[in-house]
Amino acid sequence: MTAKVSVKSNVLDGLDPTAPLLEVDNLQVEFHTRDGVAKAVNGASFSVERSETLAVVGESGCGKSVTSQAIMGILESPPAKVAGGRVLFHGVDLLTLPKDTRRRTRANHVAMVFQDALSALNPVWTVGFQLSELFRQHRGMSKKDAMKRSLELLDLVKIPAAAQRIKEYPHQFSGGMRQRVMIAMALALDPDLLIADEPTTALDVTVQAQIMRLLKEIQVERQMGLILITHDLGVVADVADKISVMYAGRIVEQAEVHEIFARPAHPYTKALLKSIPRLDTKGQRLEIIKGLPPVLTNIPPGCAFAPRCTYVQDICRSQVPPLTVVASGRASACHFASEVINDV
Amino acid sequence: MMSSPQGNGQVALEITDLVKHFPIRQGVVFKTIVGQVKAVDGVSLTLRKGETLGVVGESGCGKSTLAKLLVGLEKSTSGSISVRGEDVTRLGNAGMRRLRRNVQMVFQDPYTSLNPRMTVGDIIGEPFAIHPDAVPRVGRRKAVQDLLDVVGLNPDHINRYPHQFSGGQRQRIGIARALALKPEILICDEPVSALDVSIQAQVINLLEELQDELGLSYVFIAHDLSVVRHIADRVAVMYLGKIAELGTEDEIYEAPMHPYTQALLSAVPVPDPTLRGHRDEIVLEGDVPSPANPPSGCRFRTRCWKATEKCAAEEPLLQIRAGAPHPNACHYAAPRDVVHAVE
Repeated sequence: MTAKVSVKSNVLDGLDPTAPLLEVDNLQVEFHTRDGVAKAVNGASFSVERSETLAVVGESGCGKSVTSQAIMGILESPPAKVAGGRVLFHGVDLLTLPKDTRRRTRANHVAMVFQDALSALNPVWTVGFQLSELFRQHRGMSKKDAMKRSLELLDLVKIPAAAQRIKEYPHQFSGGMRQRVMIAMALALDPDLLIADEPTTALDVTVQAQIMRLLKEIQVERQMGLILITHDLGVVADVADKISVMYAGRIVEQAEVHEIFARPAHPYTKALLKSIPRLDTKGQRLEIIKGLPPVLTNIPPGCAFAPRCTYVQDICRSQVPPLTVVASGRASACHFASEVINDV
Repeated sequence: MMSSPQGNGQVALEITDLVKHFPIRQGVVFKTIVGQVKAVDGVSLTLRKGETLGVVGESGCGKSTLAKLLVGLEKSTSGSISVRGEDVTRLGNAGMRRLRRNVQMVFQDPYTSLNPRMTVGDIIGEPFAIHPDAVPRVGRRKAVQDLLDVVGLNPDHINRYPHQFSGGQRQRIGIARALALKPEILICDEPVSALDVSIQAQVINLLEELQDELGLSYVFIAHDLSVVRHIADRVAVMYLGKIAELGTEDEIYEAPMHPYTQALLSAVPVPDPTLRGHRDEIVLEGDVPSPANPPSGCRFRTRCWKATEKCAAEEPLLQIRAGAPHPNACHYAAPRDVVHAVE
């Protein structure tokens, strides 16, 4: 919305500033395993604009991390294979780019913060070296200039005594400080979109609060788009603008944050919200979702949630409900979405 | 049922001035002790029969060491743990075996706490092999199947291996194993934190049902404050090896007195976007200091906004103060609502 769009036209040609910042269209990712083909992502579509926070929510194995890796182009393949769909960055399909161009979009346009900073950082190089490598590789800076920029970054993410800590190795940092280094690294080349995959899951709550606040501040300041991948509905309620709920590789519900918490339109979202204990009430007995998520190599025909659903009818077991608009700005993949949404 | 004031006041477990220091050694050949990590540093708690005592705190606060001390997996440096009126900190092998019939543990990680080479039947039945008098040999298979049934697993799966079960089911196996000897006390160390939310609820409900049916007492150790509020009757908040605040679930969450409790609670996100920006926010600076070298006086003072010289000089004891009606360890304790929306 400001003039900041596509300042780095040297990286990607043909960017359309009027197109959405990132648009994922019918993304399909398969894993070819000994047990058959696992459809980890089975037609995911969503979009993010500048300054907007999209939360992708779901449990382990729902495909949320695979989606983010597919956007970044860091899926290990084989076994993974992007079987279809498009990932449009300002109208340019990242999936069709040559390998080298794709590599240059990373960190320049789309950057990622990983869950486990200790394994995402290289243990044998200092933090300063790893940060300055970005500037030397992508910007062709001298070692000295690159170090100077790295120091500024560590200051930006509020690491105390950055001038000393820049010479230290990842294991010398605490969990929260390490995650700040990860964020600094992601921000180094001023990306337009940041994907944060469970950025605070491994951290204590007080540190989580610090990191989420930092991410939010930087996002506002730089007008970045932010995709937050998480299972924590509390964090989502605090920071997200809109939410995509994933289940068994599909997006089952999409809505603006207030809507989804007030009136969920998919039985899975609804059950999930009722199954979490809350800090501010001594709750009644927790409602449970019976059974387990399906095995991805053997997703049942029809709706994948049907075996665990309380609204289930015959049609659910045979026909896959498409993600359809149920009210302005929100969509649900349920045959009985209108019942679910009105059922308090 | 759920929040009923549990038990009849009978004490199941009493911890007095419990201390566990781990020596820090240096040197290759002649190892010398250069310091002590004060993991648990003077903790006193009482667990009543049939109640759930929640213990919360961040990593490194000593909550898991406390759990290990309670089941005898670590030997305490000093202090006492009394079960049925007997101090169990200095028991020999036979005594420990007797203790373990009464106090059992549920571990955090259901993926590593079950032996992958043993069948579920062997895992749950192993306590009977160690305590042959608990169940006669001929009845053991039946006893294991009954246990599987109690925790909501299919008794026919007795010959399966742990990898054939999901995380939530594995945690049920761990619970069944802990229940095999019919203990009165379960020490649960982060029993649901490795599980997905929908599975978490199943296990929490199971633990609550078992408590009602079998009259168990729980020490429930967790970092997730929402889960603890849900399950606990009383809550102890730990910071750097000491208890900062102790009270009923209502006292701790509705009227926290200690600044650390307040900061901790305010940092927990509530799944309700209408509260966004309406809750009292306390963002702590910095990290938890090292337990090898804790600050003098009050251990929280280096991160506390209320800290004065008095806090550095004088350690606040866990006690009831004027205007602070449940035990807390702060010279300047005062209630502050950080959980609900405030204007």
